[in-house]
Amino acid sequence: MNTLGRPLLALSMVTILSGCATTGATGSDASARNPVDPFERFNRTMFTFNDKVDQYALKPAAIAYKRVVPSFMQTGVYNFFGNLGDVWTAVNNLLQGRVADGVSDVMRFTINSTFGLAGLIDISSDAGLPKHNQDFGATLGVWGVQSGPYVVLPLLGSSTVRDSAALPADFAGNPWTYVSPDTTRYLGTALRVIDLRAGVLDASNLIEDAALDRYEFIRDAYLQRRANKISSNRERGADSVYRALPDDEDLDSKTDNGSSLNGGSAAPSAEPATRGDAQQEKAPAAPAANGSQPAFIPAPDGDTRK
Amino acid sequence: MFKKFIAVLTLGMLGFTGAAVAQEAPDVFIKRISQEVLETAKSDKDIQSGNQQKILDVVQSKILPNVDFKRMTALAAGRYWREATPDQQKRLTEEFRDLLVYTYAGAIAQIRDQQLEFKPMRNDPSDTDVEVRSQVVQQRGEPIQLNYRLAKSGNTWKIYDLNVLGAWLVETYKGNFASEISKGGIDGLIKTLAERNKKLSANGIAKNAKS
Repeated sequence: MNTLGRPLLALSMVTILSGCATTGATGSDASARNPVDPFERFNRTMFTFNDKVDQYALKPAAIAYKRVVPSFMQTGVYNFFGNLGDVWTAVNNLLQGRVADGVSDVMRFTINSTFGLAGLIDISSDAGLPKHNQDFGATLGVWGVQSGPYVVLPLLGSSTVRDSAALPADFAGNPWTYVSPDTTRYLGTALRVIDLRAGVLDASNLIEDAALDRYEFIRDAYLQRRANKISSNRERGADSVYRALPDDEDLDSKTDNGSSLNGGSAAPSAEPATRGDAQQEKAPAAPAANGSQPAFIPAPDGDTRK
Repeated sequence: MFKKFIAVLTLGMLGFTGAAVAQEAPDVFIKRISQEVLETAKSDKDIQSGNQQKILDVVQSKILPNVDFKRMTALAAGRYWREATPDQQKRLTEEFRDLLVYTYAGAIAQIRDQQLEFKPMRNDPSDTDVEVRSQVVQQRGEPIQLNYRLAKSGNTWKIYDLNVLGAWLVETYKGNFASEISKGGIDGLIKTLAERNKKLSANGIAKNAKS
């Protein structure tokens, strides 16, 4: 798909570059320009800007939200917007050829919207339909479009050239975009953003301690996660059920290697459904949050880019 | 004569089985220590409220012995590792270890009701360098991917890299290390880490425990 990828990438780069005239290796320090981050100066500036917005506006709001709003209501907010996001996730799973996951997401949306009271309650997860997270940037990646350099977007945080170009599609695929009284839409978006920020408060505190240079740490963690997501999407292949096992020839003899057999032939909603889709910030074990948005809201999550 | 042969053969096989049993499979190993840490954290109120000493004790007794920090540090330092003197290597390893301990001990204080699920292992039983894949299932949100890289060490395994949400720890620190080293050499990096550790131990990890 490189024939599609190149013009798209070029268009995106032109768009971004036109907005930052001073980008370039004009820094006087000896450290060479990072090949994966040619827009570093622009990115650092944007990162600092996002940080300030987070520090003075978003984080305090999230802390207050977490303390004041009853936790079942917080869960309701999270579930409601998560449910809306499942629509676009389903579309992207199908576009990536992952029919089993896509169908599962459609079912999630249907069940949660009806029995889950318009999405406020997440019944589907308990019923064995795990939550996935796919955006159009990931779909482009699976189709073969290169990610392009790292870009920090205002307010939205970590991204890449490809994923930034894919944002309009993510907006279009989010049902909340079409809610008509503007004030309702803005309030809803604000609520969603605050809720997500509240969800990653602990992880963000950890990163402040863990990272020697937060910008770099977040950038490297984000790029790794993104690449990992796309490669594991690709690796699982067109359809988890019909994926060819690497040891297909040895199917008869390797009975003790039962794990690989189980991994491939399991029901669609079992092991394959959750691999590579893990995308939540509240990390009890380590803070590698993907540091997007004002600070730590998942950029790969298609429905949160608002 | 024949009976003796059988007896010796049986004894030999028992001995062989004995040795095999003493060697845990890597995923069993991880499962075991994770369970121990989780249970300790969930049942101890002091830990949940952020008692630094208690948390460090848990980390010291249950986690540190199972991690190969030297290898982790060497991988994160990359090509600069070979340029460092043995003394620098030792100090760098210690400071990096302390940074990780102070930072991630805070995460232990946040353990409430999460569950661990392990994925099927894809490695050959005879591999000495393996990856164990698991995920943390929590109340809110999607499962968090958590993978380990382990290397065989004698009869047991040692962790030398950790992957959370798709990012490998060593890989993520490589960038930080490289820029610090290019700014102030290896000693500069050691100094930065030492200062950070002093600040962390003074602050205590209690602040990360409140959630």
